[in-house]
Amino acid sequence: MNSKFLARQTSLLIKRFYSSVPEVRKVTLIPGDGIGTEISASVQKIFDAAGAPIEWEAVDVTPVKGVDGKFRIPQKAIDSVNATKIGLKGPLATPVGKGHQSLNLALRKQFNLFANVRPCKSIEGFKTPYDDVDIITIRENTEGEYSGIEHTIVPGVVQSIKLITEPASRRVAEFAFQYATLNKREKVTVVHKANIMRLSDGLFLKCAREVAEQYPNIKFEEMYLDTVCLKMVQNPGQFDVLVMPNLYGDILSDLCAGLIGGLGLTPSGNIGEGGSAIFEAVHGTAPDIAGQDKANPTALLLSGVMMLRHLNMYDHARRIEQACFDTIRDGKNITGDLGGKAKCSEFTDEICRRVRDL
Amino acid sequence: MATKAFSFAKQILKPNSIKIALNQNFSKNTSSLFVPPTVTVVNPSQANPLPDQSKKIKVTLVPGDGVGPELMLCVREVYKQIGVPVEFEEILASELLPGRSSSVEDLKESFKRNRVGLMGVITTPAIGESGQLESMNQKIRLQLDLFAHVIRVKSLPGLKLRYSNIDFVVIREQKEGEYSALEHESVPGVVESLKITTKENARRIAKFAFDYAVSNNRKKVTAVHKANIMKLGDGLFIKSCQEIAEMYPNIKFETMIIDNCCMQLVSKPQQFDVMVLPNLYGNIVGNLAVGLVGGPGIVPGESYSNDIALFESGARHAFATAAGRNVANPTAMILSSANLLKHLNLNAYAQRIENAVYKVIKSGKYRTKDIGGYCNQSDFFKAILNNLQ
Repeated sequence: MNSKFLARQTSLLIKRFYSSVPEVRKVTLIPGDGIGTEISASVQKIFDAAGAPIEWEAVDVTPVKGVDGKFRIPQKAIDSVNATKIGLKGPLATPVGKGHQSLNLALRKQFNLFANVRPCKSIEGFKTPYDDVDIITIRENTEGEYSGIEHTIVPGVVQSIKLITEPASRRVAEFAFQYATLNKREKVTVVHKANIMRLSDGLFLKCAREVAEQYPNIKFEEMYLDTVCLKMVQNPGQFDVLVMPNLYGDILSDLCAGLIGGLGLTPSGNIGEGGSAIFEAVHGTAPDIAGQDKANPTALLLSGVMMLRHLNMYDHARRIEQACFDTIRDGKNITGDLGGKAKCSEFTDEICRRVRDL
Repeated sequence: MATKAFSFAKQILKPNSIKIALNQNFSKNTSSLFVPPTVTVVNPSQANPLPDQSKKIKVTLVPGDGVGPELMLCVREVYKQIGVPVEFEEILASELLPGRSSSVEDLKESFKRNRVGLMGVITTPAIGESGQLESMNQKIRLQLDLFAHVIRVKSLPGLKLRYSNIDFVVIREQKEGEYSALEHESVPGVVESLKITTKENARRIAKFAFDYAVSNNRKKVTAVHKANIMKLGDGLFIKSCQEIAEMYPNIKFETMIIDNCCMQLVSKPQQFDVMVLPNLYGNIVGNLAVGLVGGPGIVPGESYSNDIALFESGARHAFATAAGRNVANPTAMILSSANLLKHLNLNAYAQRIENAVYKVIKSGKYRTKDIGGYCNQSDFFKAILNNLQ
């Protein structure tokens, strides 16, 4: 036993010695509500086991009453993200009608988080009707149908304005091609409805075309939203990176998550300007199983893996990801939502064990 | 007196006149929805006569673009084989051939006269003629008041797919919403696109959906929306659906957000029954649902106004790349033409056509490539013709 332990320590040392590990990076951790605390603890544990050079700064984002009587996100949380520029966020309960600005909106405005990225990859060991999904959806996050401009013109007639601007369209298209290049992807598909919305989606499409010309090594494809939906459920293997306006991205990212087994397995990242980014689990807070050690930390863990890649810690990212996928494929220590009987802590320990051996 | 009553009863009992009576009822009710349905007496001279075997019923036929013309040939061949008393009035409408295409007015005139049509898919080019924002499809839908598009999504027996036992109906509002073609560039590089939601159209499609549910023995209506973001627009749609739902206490009503709906469709599509959606969401969900049960080649669809029924394919894709290559699957168009016959009360013919198609697909010997087979269009079609006998 001792010799095995020594061998592992030596291999770890060698790995540390040869891989160019950057200095310790401070990251803001927003554990979230419900199962959020459990899965955040689990992610921290796994990161420790992998020796990822991350220093967590946990903040509480429960809205507090300000001097003007309005509820808002504590300034301390905002300051923390301001300093670190990187955040990992668990699920937050959406308070309906409480009248304060949501954290998502506050963060999005603060850091100009313009793109939402969701990689959806079939997970071996968790059976869904599809087994060849490997899609990245990139969604414009600041405008489009979510502009929030609506009016009742006369009683019973409402107009909702979808806003498309050239700078925002170009920015997200550029990000998509950069992402494709960095992650060695082959094709970018722009999803649009320019046959119906000829000016607005036409502008988005035009920007994507212009950006595509600067990336001759990445294949570029245009496809109507309805055609994408049709082909997505028939043969998702044909898609690679998808880039699209806000609403289409909202719909397609959830559709892709559905193909691989739901939001509990899908990581998500919001990319802003100047290297800032917030990575998050987009599933619910699951209040029914909160505190019972039953939750599945996969989505937050894989979001953490995305974060490591964003910070150029590719080696740690690969090891954690592989340990997680291996554990699920093995099927012995998986949580209830994946069809197993293990507790969250057992699942976490199993991943820690594997990540140390890798 | 007695004879008068008898002749009246006879007219009422004619299936076609009942249909007209219901239609007129419906059109009256849409303007003021809370008026309880009243029995309208149809003037016999206005009502369509029962289909007479010696006289053919006229039906407008728009072949459409892409594979449309060859699929229509299949339909004509099927009708000829079993002697369906229908005569097609063919009109060419295409945005790709603007010089040869009939005008929307001609189309409207023909549809108004015949009230029933069979239509292929008219391709909308990405760049409109002289910068026009409205596509021909939108013009047709608006001018003919075709407010509802209905797709019955049902797993065909014998097809091996990822999902089985799917049976639900997608009802899409197709007159307004994102398809309003109201767009402008306020300053260079900033485009505003208007999505219009009106209470009148929202209530109308909701009522259509509930009526469909009642007359087809469905149990539940799901309204799909994004009212958490578009609080006024989609909010109005949902509110209208809720108001109509109160008038149908026997039909269960629920709402679902569009992104969650798409996720549910690929994880548990069997949970849906009747879905009612605004325009764009209907386009998305309709295509997605058609993909679940085998693709656009096999699922028929139809559009309705108060007095016109237009039969077409469920997911409207023209397949320009397949045109003339003898690979397109004619199933959707043939099933659609069978639905048309049912609408004309020619049930016996419709049944024969449907049986033939179902039999060929179930046997699995002849299948086109899009549904996992190896044969071409003509072999597949020949198999259907052989089974018509």
